[in-house]
Amino acid sequence: MLLIYCPYCQIERAEIEFRCGGEAHIARPSDPEKATDDDWVEFLYMRSNTKGIAAERWRHIHGCGRFFNAVRDTVSDEFLKVYKTGEAKPDLEAIAREAGK
Amino acid sequence: MSQPFRTEKGGRIDRTGELTFTFDGEEMHGHAGDTLASALLANGVHLVGRSFKYHRPRGILSAGSEEPNALVGVYRKGDQTPNLRATQVELYHGLQAVSQNRFPSLGFDVGAVNDLLSPLFPAGFYYKTFMWPKSFWDRVYEPIIRAAAGLGKPPKNPDHDTYGNLYAHCDVLVAGSGPSGLAAALAAAETGARVILCDEQAEFGGSLLSENSATIDGKDPAIWVAEIVARLAAMDNVTLLPRTTAFGYFAHNFIALAERVTEHLSDPDPRLPRERLWQVRAKEVVIAAGAIERPMVFPENDRPGILLADAGRTYLNRYGVKVGHKVLVATACDTAWQAAFDLADHGVEVVAIADLRESPPESLVSIAAARGIRVEAGCVVTGTLGRKRVRAALLGRMMTSGQVAAGGQIECDALLMSGGWTPTVSLFSQSRGKVVWEAETGAFVPGKSVQKERSAGAANGLYGLQASLTDGYAAGEGAARAATGKSATINHSRTSGGEAGTGGTLGALPHDRNASRVKAFVDYQNDVTAKDVKLAVREGMQSIEHIKRYTTTGMATDQGRLSNMNALQIASGALEKPLTDVGLTTFRQPFTPTTFGLFAGVSRGDFFDPVRKTPSHDWVVEKGGLFEDVGQWKRAWYFPKNGEDMHAAVERECRTVRESVGLFDASTLGKIEVAGPDAAEFLERMYTNPWKKLAPGRCRYGLLLNDAGFITDDGVIGRLADDRFHVTTTTGGAPSVFATMEDYLQTEWPELDVWITSTTDQYAVAAIQGPKAREVIAPFIEGIDLSAEALPHMSVKEAMFRGIPCRLFRISFTGELGFEINVPRRHGKMMWETLAGEIEKHGGTAYGTEAMHVLRAEKGYIIIGQDTDGTVTPQDAGMSWAIGKNKFDFVGKRGLERPDLKAENRKQLVGLLTKDPKIKLEEGAQVTTLENPATGTPADGHVTSSYYSPALGRTIALAIVRNGHALEGKTLYVPMPEGSIPVEVTGTVFYDKEGARLNV
Repeated sequence: MLLIYCPYCQIERAEIEFRCGGEAHIARPSDPEKATDDDWVEFLYMRSNTKGIAAERWRHIHGCGRFFNAVRDTVSDEFLKVYKTGEAKPDLEAIAREAGK
Repeated sequence: MSQPFRTEKGGRIDRTGELTFTFDGEEMHGHAGDTLASALLANGVHLVGRSFKYHRPRGILSAGSEEPNALVGVYRKGDQTPNLRATQVELYHGLQAVSQNRFPSLGFDVGAVNDLLSPLFPAGFYYKTFMWPKSFWDRVYEPIIRAAAGLGKPPKNPDHDTYGNLYAHCDVLVAGSGPSGLAAALAAAETGARVILCDEQAEFGGSLLSENSATIDGKDPAIWVAEIVARLAAMDNVTLLPRTTAFGYFAHNFIALAERVTEHLSDPDPRLPRERLWQVRAKEVVIAAGAIERPMVFPENDRPGILLADAGRTYLNRYGVKVGHKVLVATACDTAWQAAFDLADHGVEVVAIADLRESPPESLVSIAAARGIRVEAGCVVTGTLGRKRVRAALLGRMMTSGQVAAGGQIECDALLMSGGWTPTVSLFSQSRGKVVWEAETGAFVPGKSVQKERSAGAANGLYGLQASLTDGYAAGEGAARAATGKSATINHSRTSGGEAGTGGTLGALPHDRNASRVKAFVDYQNDVTAKDVKLAVREGMQSIEHIKRYTTTGMATDQGRLSNMNALQIASGALEKPLTDVGLTTFRQPFTPTTFGLFAGVSRGDFFDPVRKTPSHDWVVEKGGLFEDVGQWKRAWYFPKNGEDMHAAVERECRTVRESVGLFDASTLGKIEVAGPDAAEFLERMYTNPWKKLAPGRCRYGLLLNDAGFITDDGVIGRLADDRFHVTTTTGGAPSVFATMEDYLQTEWPELDVWITSTTDQYAVAAIQGPKAREVIAPFIEGIDLSAEALPHMSVKEAMFRGIPCRLFRISFTGELGFEINVPRRHGKMMWETLAGEIEKHGGTAYGTEAMHVLRAEKGYIIIGQDTDGTVTPQDAGMSWAIGKNKFDFVGKRGLERPDLKAENRKQLVGLLTKDPKIKLEEGAQVTTLENPATGTPADGHVTSSYYSPALGRTIALAIVRNGHALEGKTLYVPMPEGSIPVEVTGTVFYDKEGARLNV
């Protein structure tokens, strides 16, 4: 069971309190009418399914209830960074370099 | 009372009293401190089981949890637990153990014919034999394989034991309490770090408990152990867990421990659990799991009486048991010599030490000489004699050519062997660390740590007592510093003796026998021989993973801790590849077999899954109503009266609702309070329907899509005020709808000023439906006008129900005049009983989910997940009316514009009426355009709902049918085994199409 740091509660808690919400930074087009079919399919279905350093949404569902983002190494399950919803996507390559991945 | 193989004195057993136990019904005696294995050996019993495949007689091989042969069943409370390792079963008074995999008896086993037929059972036997014909797979082969599989018999009764569960946190977890584990635990504990020390054995000390040729700080090692354990036990920051196996190393330093609490006791406190699962989150882990000795792979190396050398030494020094009276020691390394010396010192005749090496260390040879032990150097065991107990060994002389020359026969009643040592890297491997090959010691040792752990001592490839202690101290100090930042200085103990020694061998040993006629076992428990591994390579297996699965080597309960290195070396030779290129299989959890009860814990019976009950639950039970499981909810299904069957009861309930009035518990419906200045805007974006213009006090049916455009949920939403809505969802959809709303609110539209709160459990809901519904509720409702003018269909008002504030909806899921009253949950029982009493006066009835389904289907009201399946759009369901035409956006709006969702030929929801009104279609049955389509013809749809409708006096059905809306009036077919059923396509509303009954 993973140990996850909630940036809102500012505390580490067991995975059982959280739900993974899939890949982070998939923004819903703000004007859906202007989105092409391809745009919409991209938004709905296409995910990078990264093996390695990935940004994911997590929700502290049995805690504060808030969504936040986390950078996780999907191979080792190591969490390299957590940050609040709305904060910019970090430079994953830089994080990977720093972690020696 | 004779225990013929017990030593005169010594050992850690309590000789002051005797314990009585039985093995296969025969009464024997042992002492407290014995394991079942040591007690059997003390009684001269080596033959304890039959092997898995060839049913060969097998004896105790080891003294630890890696034991492959001595698997026994132990009776307790009238049932037996199979496959316990006799080496781990602590002796208690009255213990009843039985051998396994033999018929009719251990001494005479008819299955042993397999041994003679063994040329018929080579590696891959199953894959080669049970192939064709296909029709034999499940009817012939599977029963044969199942009957032959497994060793012990599973218990017959439900598990009568209880199991505990604990969560724990610590700074440093130390797994293993040998010299390095104790040193690590002490070093860490002295810094003040919170330490958990666990060991799978009953006593702490590991190898030190059987070490009597070395000293620590000038003391007997066992005394040193007692002092260290006493020091640790006195510290508040230390938790000591004997009989506790660290069986699983999971992500983020999450370690699972299995503590055996009562199984070693003759008469345990019934309040205590059999086992306790510890789920430990450790900041740092020290793996001090030690090393285990490798068997030597020579022909007939599996006879009872053949043991690992260190096991022989352990039985002697720790348990006071001699493994035989005439013992041959066969070895390739130094450590086994000490076993020979110790046995000789106890008066056991050591017939010879046969060392594979041409020149064993002179120091050892001279000690042997001093004891008068014959030493054979450059000598290999080439076979053994004796069926149920070894009685002689064949020796061979290693020639410089690599050949072996016959070297005569030597009589013995026990043979101790040692091929060297293998570090126990299982936990390290489970932590996802990769092992590295250390040529100097000929072993795989832990490589770079992936998690916060470090291995120490023999598990780290460091043998020798002083090296283990030093490594243990360093690991404990390092782990504590890493976990807490603190350190402390402690005195490090000094040792004398207990040197690591040299030597060791891997793989099958050379011999002068006919290779096709002899069996040299690599994996004892799975009966895999050196020949099998070579055959697997000849038959094309290249990878160790394939060889493992083809031969099953390393797939026994020890996961190859005994066999892997020998198998690898044999494969490496056969493949003509270096051993490191063949690869090592990965060790997985659990380290040793773990009971299901431990994992289940208290989650069984009533605690397996929470049960959610509605306020009417007790009343339903009292009235003889039946329940239906809907997720975790128990919902009243129907209420049979006077011996009615389900059909009759449901028909009566439906008629009563349509003719007078019915009462239904709707408390399970999901409820979400949406409040705030942007509440209407939020719902506008979530649901397809328009909400901004909905007046307070009115309700609207809401349809929820996902962004792909498919229906995911529905429910009535009432506007209580400009900034407050009462949203209802389906029973099953409540959690996901709430989570979806949170998701959009938090991550897509954080600018909206809205709060949402799940109130499903806060309200009890009674639905009163039928022409007399108003009369039923009128006496209890205060504060509002219930007339059709003041409270029309689809409206909501806050009122009082018998003095309790309530939210009163005028809505209907039956097509009749209907009300749904929401009161705080704690008043639900009062409300239900009040209304249940009242409807009786009006000739009404309580009704259950089955009648509810019939009534709604008569009206064509859909059930999400039954009439839809996640690929149905509002248009498909004939619900385009629910889409707000002028809305800028809502979840699913853009999705609905996708070409596939607007394409022709989509499957659409329709009604079906069978031509014969008595035939009720099967839900899920396929719908076709052809009366008798050829096999393989795709269906055009399927039946989603099907009932007998009392109101129509005939059957009705809903179905999803390709292009269904255009087929109204046409005839389709529902092909069934008994013949094709013709049906007419209709609209989805079967009853009161104008809705006149709603607006009264």
